[in-house]
Amino acid sequence: MDLRFGDSKPTDEERAAVDALLGPPESAWEGADDRTDTDLRWARGGREARERRELLLPGLHALNDRVGWISEGGLDYLCRRLTVPPAEGYGVATFYAMFAVKPRPATVVHVCTDLACAAGGSAQVCAELERDVGPAGSAGSGAAWQPSPCLGLCERAPAALAIRAGETPQTAVVAPATAGAVADAASAPHEAAAEPPAAAAVPQACTDGLVLLRRVGVVDPGSLDDYRAHGGYAALRRAFALGPAGVIREVTEAGLVGRGGAAFPTGRKWSATAQQPDHPHYLVCNADESEPGTFKDRVLMEGDPYALIEAMTVAGYATGAHRGYLYLRGEYPRALRRLRTAIDRARSRGFLGKDVMGQGFAFDIEIRRGAGAYICGEETAIFNSIEGQRGEPRSKPPFPVEKGLFGKPTAVNNVETLVNVLPILIEGAPAYARTGTGTSTGTKLFCVSGTVARPGVYELPFGATLRELLELAGPPEALRAVLLGGAAGGFVRPDELDVPLTFEGTRAAGTTLGSGVVLVLDEGVELPRILLRIAEFFRDESCGQCVPCRVGTVRQEEALHRLKDRTGAAAAGDIALLREVGQAMRDASICGLGQTAWNAVESAIDRLGAFK
Amino acid sequence: MTAIPLRPPRRLVDLTLDGEPVRAPEGSTLLDACRAAGKDVPTLCQGDTLTPKNACRVCVVEVEGARTLAPACSRRVEQGMEVRTDTERARHSRKVVLELLASSTDMSTTPRAAEWIEEYGAEPERFGADAARVDEEPKVDNDLYVRDYDKCILCYKCVDACGEQWQNTFAIAVAGRGFDARISTEHDVPLTDSACVYCGNCIEVCPTGALSFKTEFDMREAGTWDEAAQTETTTVCAYCGVGCNLTLHVQENEIVKVTSPHDNPVTHGNLCIKGRFGYQHVQNHAQNRD
Ligand code: SF4
Ligand code: SF4
Ligand code: SF4
Ligand code: FES
Repeated sequence: MDLRFGDSKPTDEERAAVDALLGPPESAWEGADDRTDTDLRWARGGREARERRELLLPGLHALNDRVGWISEGGLDYLCRRLTVPPAEGYGVATFYAMFAVKPRPATVVHVCTDLACAAGGSAQVCAELERDVGPAGSAGSGAAWQPSPCLGLCERAPAALAIRAGETPQTAVVAPATAGAVADAASAPHEAAAEPPAAAAVPQACTDGLVLLRRVGVVDPGSLDDYRAHGGYAALRRAFALGPAGVIREVTEAGLVGRGGAAFPTGRKWSATAQQPDHPHYLVCNADESEPGTFKDRVLMEGDPYALIEAMTVAGYATGAHRGYLYLRGEYPRALRRLRTAIDRARSRGFLGKDVMGQGFAFDIEIRRGAGAYICGEETAIFNSIEGQRGEPRSKPPFPVEKGLFGKPTAVNNVETLVNVLPILIEGAPAYARTGTGTSTGTKLFCVSGTVARPGVYELPFGATLRELLELAGPPEALRAVLLGGAAGGFVRPDELDVPLTFEGTRAAGTTLGSGVVLVLDEGVELPRILLRIAEFFRDESCGQCVPCRVGTVRQEEALHRLKDRTGAAAAGDIALLREVGQAMRDASICGLGQTAWNAVESAIDRLGAFK
Repeated sequence: MTAIPLRPPRRLVDLTLDGEPVRAPEGSTLLDACRAAGKDVPTLCQGDTLTPKNACRVCVVEVEGARTLAPACSRRVEQGMEVRTDTERARHSRKVVLELLASSTDMSTTPRAAEWIEEYGAEPERFGADAARVDEEPKVDNDLYVRDYDKCILCYKCVDACGEQWQNTFAIAVAGRGFDARISTEHDVPLTDSACVYCGNCIEVCPTGALSFKTEFDMREAGTWDEAAQTETTTVCAYCGVGCNLTLHVQENEIVKVTSPHDNPVTHGNLCIKGRFGYQHVQNHAQNRD
């Protein structure tokens, strides 16, 4: 590699931030100030250094956390330490929305303007901030605010997240947000009021009959002993008794399918990974829930963090992986804190590490923080992101079970899917499969937001109808539509509420469960605005790799802009255009983002008669 | 990489292309199979010397049983595959992709673009005059070549040629994301401050003319670029012992650019700065001095 680094030097702070992650540099080749005699005769770098490329994303976080943005000097120093070509380092840094490569104040407030928050009045918050603090991006009173895609706090919409860089970075969540509270959090994030407990997002908390949510609000999320007192680690013990093949058999017979949207049978994925001759195997937990309107994984991780750790250990055991990466979206500070604590405690008590529970099985978990990129929830984009590349999806085949993280067999599961493994092992497959329907077994978490009386995460057995779910949450008097499955999902009309919430039932009704988003819109909503926001979201989040999505999402947004105030014959031309572009996005995009970017808009046109 | 000699024999797999049974060596792509069968599938980001990134999606074909279309340039043949190259669906995607590209970038120097736009009935104008465009000014920051990213379709070829697939210089990468993604040096510095070694291998692979010799760029600006009047002579570079093949493009007795044959088994079309740009001494005629 022709590594060439410019003249820009890191500041002391930046150097300290990188060194805190990587240790001090060992030679001038790695960026130490003084050239020693040995340095003159011996070059360091090569393969060994390049293998540390996966530390690029943590390194970028280190810089951004410390200073608030990533300077040339800081980035060059990080790249030198990791033997990453600076052009590539720059390409990665500019991929993520939470990083900036231009100076900005140490405090940035992200104000969510996505679906649920838009329905909850985020536009007004932004307008007031504009008036009091200045336009988005400007640094009035030492802090900048910027509009943000969904922060996963939809049950408390509108939401904002303040992040202050520094030696100990501080975060504050403001939800529900008012301009005043946002400004307060920006000036003193450490003084912001405490968040309500995770259980507050679970209206059903502490009631009987819950499976996945049963411990949320019941256990102390910081206490391993409390977790064990509430049935924790019984599933892992059972897993060890069954052996890896036995675990896979239970999971297969339970009929568990992935909850991330694709509904792929988990047992099949695990056994395909376990059988690969190539080693090592990896486990990746996809905790990058960035689908607008989704927050169930956050609630699980905040309310019952050990459950995810135990479930990942089971999955690692079954698939023959000794290392699990927990890829957590960057906008979840509390989940990050709780999981970090839980992993440390589990490790110190022998529930992670070289010899898990004295069973001779080695397994450990590393948390990787995302940095604001919806696309990194795509299973192959996660790999690139962890590896220190741009979070662009890979084309398939080859599939992850064959060539995944670091080119090795990898099982990727999202949080909700993994947590389902615990009841399967505890109750046994037949008991588990008795809940739900024939092809959708078990229970499902739904994220209900929008105009309902009790927004939050609900757990229902598969097969309950949308109407039953809405009854629990308190539907609006004048229901206009329900967006099911999130921005990549579809709209359901008020006369279709009897659709059973199962994978097959929603498919038959021409929509999808997706990740479990149930966004409720009442008559007051301006549908064209919501559609525009969906289009804007996809345009913003497209990785830019393939043409149908990179340009198609822009053309879709443009057409919806034109359509905003038009109906009938005046709208026909643009609707035809949308259909044509939408079809090509669906057919020819590399990954699910582009393939689904037109779903919600199409369903609004066809099922809700938008622009009629 | 068409001409790598001495490959171990490969098994043949059976598939059908538009209903016709064909056999293709295991590991070859659908595009290889199509071309062997004499089918003209359009491609932009595919390159004969690079592993395609399958980013442009103009080569999509329909594979029986698949939910989405498959990029012919990258999808490997499989036993029993039934492939249709010219269906309504595939043609529709190609048409729209061409429209999306041509409405956002300048494709005037992309070979065959006009022909395909015509063939697929693409109408890039229909997105209206306000359709967002890449809108980049040409970057002229050195005497050897110009980067005119207004013509860039983001095929990643230059990045791959500069990076791990050939040159190992890694002077450029994709920065930004979505519609704002651009090919960029680190911190977007001028080429002269970057790691670029001016091998020009990126120009060699660029399918759109976004990267071009300064000579070509200047002549196009002046309206004197005339490909029809050019002759091409392939010779051997005399600078060093590697002995790369050079193809000299000559117009009115002046070398206007230098390429290299892609089927050369040693260099695959790659050169170094001397072979690519060091041709002035050849035309240091008396009348050109001082
Ligand atoms: S579909 Fe969109 S997000 Fe997916 S690879 Fe293509 S450009 Fe990237
Ligand atoms: S500059 Fe040329 S080679 Fe590079 S990405 Fe753009 S079109 Fe492709
Ligand atoms: S192009 Fe460069 S490497 Fe090739 S023969 Fe000429 S001087 Fe040598
Ligand atoms: S040529 Fe196949 S995707 Fe570009």
